[in-house]
Amino acid sequence: MTTRPLEPAIEHLLRELTPQVLGSVVRRFRDFAAAEDAVQEASLAAATQWPRDGLPENPRAWLTQVAFRRVTDHIRSESARRRRESEAAFEMEQVAPAAAAASESDEDDTLILLFMCCHPALTPASAIALTLRAVGGLTTAEIAHAFLVPEATMAQRISRAKQSIKDSDIPFQLPTSGERSQRLRAVLHVLYLIFNEGYTSSAGPQLRRADLSVEAVRLTRIVQQRQPNDTEVAGLLALMLLTDARRLARTGEGGELIPLAQQDRTLWDRQQIAEGVALLSATLPKGAVGPYQLQAAIAAVHDEAATAEATDWPQILALYNLLKGMSDNPMVALNRAIAEAMVHGATKGLELLDALKDDPRIAEHHRVDAVRAHLLELAGDENGAVKHYQAAAGKTGSLPERNYLLAQAARLSSKLPATNRKGSV
Amino acid sequence: MKYILMMNGTKAHFAEYAKWSKQDIEANVAFMRGFSKQLKDEGVFVATEGLGWPDQAKLVRAGKDNVPITDGVFPESKEFLAGYWIVDVESPEQAYQIAARASGAPGPGGVRGNMPIEVRQVLSGHSDLGL
Repeated sequence: MTTRPLEPAIEHLLRELTPQVLGSVVRRFRDFAAAEDAVQEASLAAATQWPRDGLPENPRAWLTQVAFRRVTDHIRSESARRRRESEAAFEMEQVAPAAAAASESDEDDTLILLFMCCHPALTPASAIALTLRAVGGLTTAEIAHAFLVPEATMAQRISRAKQSIKDSDIPFQLPTSGERSQRLRAVLHVLYLIFNEGYTSSAGPQLRRADLSVEAVRLTRIVQQRQPNDTEVAGLLALMLLTDARRLARTGEGGELIPLAQQDRTLWDRQQIAEGVALLSATLPKGAVGPYQLQAAIAAVHDEAATAEATDWPQILALYNLLKGMSDNPMVALNRAIAEAMVHGATKGLELLDALKDDPRIAEHHRVDAVRAHLLELAGDENGAVKHYQAAAGKTGSLPERNYLLAQAARLSSKLPATNRKGSV
Repeated sequence: MKYILMMNGTKAHFAEYAKWSKQDIEANVAFMRGFSKQLKDEGVFVATEGLGWPDQAKLVRAGKDNVPITDGVFPESKEFLAGYWIVDVESPEQAYQIAARASGAPGPGGVRGNMPIEVRQVLSGHSDLGL
């Protein structure tokens, strides 16, 4: 048996089956934490056995059987004091084959799992870890690797997240229609955070982190297939596709950041852009326009410009104005200042930036300094630009960003008379 | 986001610690062990190490022909890293709270301490979208 070529296919299959099998197991045993552990164990067993012994005839039934048995074992091991459950579990085992067949509730199960894992009772870091494991089918080791923490730490984080779900008695069912829309926003936010976490350099050890973007797109696609009429789900998927399309152009050979204006646009993924634009074009006319759709529309305007100079900035400014009216996010105000500068001149953009000085949510953020530096440079104040590029470099938590900002400061400093260069590194 | 929590001390501090009673040292060591365990249980632990004392510390620079130039005479007032923790948390405030817990490690007589813990962000390899 040749195992190598089979592996990506097996991985893909396992990841696809994970939420379906987990849904069946939770439905049977009503214990999300135990079910989740059991499905993870079944997956690990499959990853070892399938490449060696070949695919079982019905992979889903195989996984479900193994997971059922694991939960039953788990319950039996506590049977001294929980005899009743043990007997119930034994009965459950007898009906396992029936539950292993695909059912109409599969689609709901995946959504229910996402709603559970992205429950507002969890912190973002917990929700991200749990979503990747329970819905994404990643192993704890893979998630730990992606976030550069020890596996034991990630295992603990996932276990605490499951405990929180248990403690807050979240039922295994879709949220009521009243809270559904709000809960769906929480799901989308977690998917967005996963995408953002993976949105990075494609160099060296960071290569695997980029998989998180792929995973976020895959999960968002799943939600979109199940909620085809939700315009914001489509908007988020389009935003991811249109942003991820630029991935190859976004970093240089050494992993250094390349800003949009200087990217080699021939490296952009045209097929992905076409898909994102088509999705967005089909969605916008439906009317319920929200922040993700607007951000996707902005990404589309950038993606459709043949050169940086050809960018339709008035269109982008109009979109940011709409977005600003819809969301109190200071990052939106910050990005709008750039668009304002590109349309009406740097001085206008700087005026908008000044308004952010008193917003404690963002006043000390490195990006405010970075944008100010950029606009000061456009306005011809190179001294001021150097100062703010350096200030931004001191505040950022990202090494590639710091390197980029310092390079910007150095580029400008070298043009200044020597007496003005005191502040430069 | 990851933060490094650094415990610094002067040579005089190290010398003082060496003179603590057996009980005080045991209490301090037990605290440190328990603290690391708590960080693991909380799902924020990334790494921790204690460092050798400054008695043998050397500063090394590149010399000619790859022969290292070492310098080992340090003034009493110089600050030395005694050990560190790296934690992965969701906000700087959470890192400060953890640092404050480390700062309170018991001193002589079991009295709650308040040694300074320097908190610095560990830079990440990725940058966010800024949306």
